Amino acid sequence: MTPQHHRIDAGTGTGHRAVPRLGLPLIPLPATTAQILTACGALLTLLSTFLPWTWTRAFPGNLTVTGYPGGLQILTLTGAALTLTQVLATAAPTGLPGLRWLNPSGRHTATLLLAAGTLATTWYTLIAIAARLGGLVNLEPGGYLAGAAALTTLTGALALPHTPARPLPPARALPAWAEIAVIAAVFGLALRVLTYGIGTAYGELFTGFLLLTGFTTAALFAGGLGARLTTLTHRHRRVTLTAALVTAVLFPLTQDTDEYTLIIVNILIFATVALGLNVVVGLAGLLDLGYVAFLGVGAYTAALVSGSTASTLHIHFPFWAAVLTGAAASLVFGVVIGAPTLRLRGDYLAIVTLGFGEIFRITVGNLNGESGPSLTNGPNGIPNIPDLVILGYDFGTKHSLGSLTLTPFANYYLLMLFFTALVVLVFSRAGNSRIGRAWVAIREDETAATAMGINGFRLKLIAFALGATLAGLAGTVQAHVAYTVVPEQYVFAGPVPPNSAFLLAAVILGGMGTITGPLLGAALLYLIPAKLQFLQDYQLLAFGLALILLMRFRPEGIIPNRRRQLEFHEASTDPGPGADGNGIRLTKAEA
Amino acid sequence: MTTTTATTAPVLTATGVTMRFGGLTAVRAVDLTVREGQIVGLIGPNGAGKTTFFNCLTGLYTPTEGTVTFRDTVLPPKPHLVTQAGIARTFQNIRLFANMTVLENVLVGRHTRTKEGLLSALLRGPAFRRAEKASEDRATELLAFTGLAAKRDHLARNLPYGEQRRLEIARALASDPGLLLLDEPTAGMNPQETRDTEGLVLAIRDQGTAVLVIEHDMRFIFNLCDHVAVLVQGEKLVEGTPETVQRDERVIAAYLGTPFDGAPGEAEAAEVQAAEAHAAEETDR
Ligand SMILES: Nc1ncnc2c1ncn2[C@@H]1O[C@H](COP(=O)(O)OP(=O)(O)OP(=O)(O)O)[C@@H](O)[C@H]1O
Ligand SMILES: [Mg+2]
Repeated sequence: MTPQHHRIDAGTGTGHRAVPRLGLPLIPLPATTAQILTACGALLTLLSTFLPWTWTRAFPGNLTVTGYPGGLQILTLTGAALTLTQVLATAAPTGLPGLRWLNPSGRHTATLLLAAGTLATTWYTLIAIAARLGGLVNLEPGGYLAGAAALTTLTGALALPHTPARPLPPARALPAWAEIAVIAAVFGLALRVLTYGIGTAYGELFTGFLLLTGFTTAALFAGGLGARLTTLTHRHRRVTLTAALVTAVLFPLTQDTDEYTLIIVNILIFATVALGLNVVVGLAGLLDLGYVAFLGVGAYTAALVSGSTASTLHIHFPFWAAVLTGAAASLVFGVVIGAPTLRLRGDYLAIVTLGFGEIFRITVGNLNGESGPSLTNGPNGIPNIPDLVILGYDFGTKHSLGSLTLTPFANYYLLMLFFTALVVLVFSRAGNSRIGRAWVAIREDETAATAMGINGFRLKLIAFALGATLAGLAGTVQAHVAYTVVPEQYVFAGPVPPNSAFLLAAVILGGMGTITGPLLGAALLYLIPAKLQFLQDYQLLAFGLALILLMRFRPEGIIPNRRRQLEFHEASTDPGPGADGNGIRLTKAEA
Repeated sequence: MTTTTATTAPVLTATGVTMRFGGLTAVRAVDLTVREGQIVGLIGPNGAGKTTFFNCLTGLYTPTEGTVTFRDTVLPPKPHLVTQAGIARTFQNIRLFANMTVLENVLVGRHTRTKEGLLSALLRGPAFRRAEKASEDRATELLAFTGLAAKRDHLARNLPYGEQRRLEIARALASDPGLLLLDEPTAGMNPQETRDTEGLVLAIRDQGTAVLVIEHDMRFIFNLCDHVAVLVQGEKLVEGTPETVQRDERVIAAYLGTPFDGAPGEAEAAEVQAAEAHAAEETDR
């Protein structure tokens, strides 16, 4: 990245957030009228969900019952209720007492976002009904009422007066136990929302869920409640980490079947590998397009020493030894690839790593005893990887702990969770150290970094090797979860994550250099293809479009880096001259 | 102010440094010595090869010919080894780590003077925490020294121009250098900031760091330097005390233009400054 890029970033970054949204609202109405209109619209939307929206149960979720909302109606109901509370929380002049905490900023943007989210969800539902059943004729009056009411709400919200952004008033001091209780409640709620999302039984419900959660989250931050919660979690870091871990551990216990537990294990593997890639891309700024190969090396190593009947090695390592072997193999592979390539810069590195990723896949496809030495069974891969048994605990069977049952995938989930936590720890500790700062310095300006005494090649190699090792770790678990490894799991781009392109997308979409970013990005990128089966052929197209939109409107990713947030410390000033380092850069690349 | 320190030991000795880019010889057989406790100025018209010479000294370029010696050791042309040996620099076109905080920028500068590796960062033993604390203390001290203490948590790219230049100096000082190379430290500064920078450079010298400075601001050069070298078209034209240099006919013809009488008058200073501002504009591209 050249400083010129940063300058562009600075421009857009401040452009779409710091500029106060003053001026007249889109629809001119007296403020009180606007508020009443919004409130009535939201109330009407809420009530409409108790009416039937369609006549037949052919549309999933049963939207035909009077007095009992079902399926997508519940989402509209939630959205409308939230909009209503926001209107009340910001009601003139100071908001309804008791509800003010819901919107500490006192701005109407949150209401607007919620109204838009409710409208999007409701209209999406109506369109989905018409599309699935063949025509608007399938809508009952209740459906029309819902659509009109949601539109009224948005109209009202658009007429609400704009207020400039200003610093939040100080939060009311709560006793420490209450703050901790709030954190616990938030995580409980998050778990509930996540379980609901993963458990959505049909594509329409998942889309509605995504729409509503997206808008609600945006509203949460627009209203200032998000900032309040962030402050709280920063103040109680340990509690927050524990709460996150407990939530994650509790997840499989909320599931009755293994179906969704399998999804979440895969998300966890994907997310862990993405976090490993984040060391390479997010911290050191090395564009690695063949990262999935390291996952493959770990998985193949673990499969070979797993005692699988199909393994050509016929040895059975205990799991800890398999993990160490897999990680070590990945490390060696990382160094072997990194040592010659890391002397290259930018684009060249990306192309070479892309090539190496493909070479890995093709090579394991050829090590079948015919076109190469017999090691990996070629395209057939290594099937029948036995379940893990650690200290007599068989991961392949159900275990009962009192009234709780742990299914096989729940076992693997908990094991993978341990590795995810480990990778999170490694990432945060490495990132926040002398080595991590050197990585960021290299990412920012490699010439300046070397002039500050940083051995660029050596540090890039460390980042590359660490990234490879972390992916290898995840690979050893993946082999056992999938029961089989085949070369086609480790492609550059494909419909099923993790592959190199999706890994990179998870990092960039989530937020480079952050911990939560890639985790969230991976969850979204895994769930969306898994839930929206109807997209199938268009999946990569939709994925590309989403990335373009994101880069246009939120180049820093969903979760911006802490450093990016600092941008708003003060009014931005021109950071001085652009890069005249090109001469130096070229010469150094040649040297 | 200008004390002759020819008696002290040399910090930096460049012998016959030549740098060719294809057919262009940007630096031709330049010899230069900087001694302990000296502030040495390097002046010359635009495109004379001053920055190229700096890049040869710091290992960013591998000189086509010639050697650079720092306190009796010949330096390898590798920037990180040069910094390790004890030479730190700033850049003519500010090259801060724009998305890191002010404090982090200075901490990066301490890289060569600390050695905690990845393993110790992962284990976070007491030794690691002590080293981090020490680095932070030293960085805080340097920020106070350069007058940036209040800005420690700001992003480098959000600093005003003059403060960015000072942060570059703080970052360079973090490697506890024996010699500091400054490439146009006052370019783009207003007169007040320039005077502040003069004070800063003197303070750095007084702390025992020799300074080699490229500057177009003649008042700055003649106020500070014990010794001045003039580079014209890649060759060293004249070298000596500021008084000798500013009276030299060839220098006047090639660079200074107007003859000086003693300290430069206001008119000349303004003229030079205008020229310098113009030059800064051009070089900043
Ligand atoms: N990497 C390079 N490749 C080719 N030519 C170069 C390179 N770097 C510098 N030059 C050339 O070398 C000459 C000296 O440039 P240099 O930047 O060292 O001048 P300078 O004395 O620092 O000038 P200024 O006062 O404008 O900063 C110029 O003609 C320049 O074009
Ligand atoms: Mg120059």
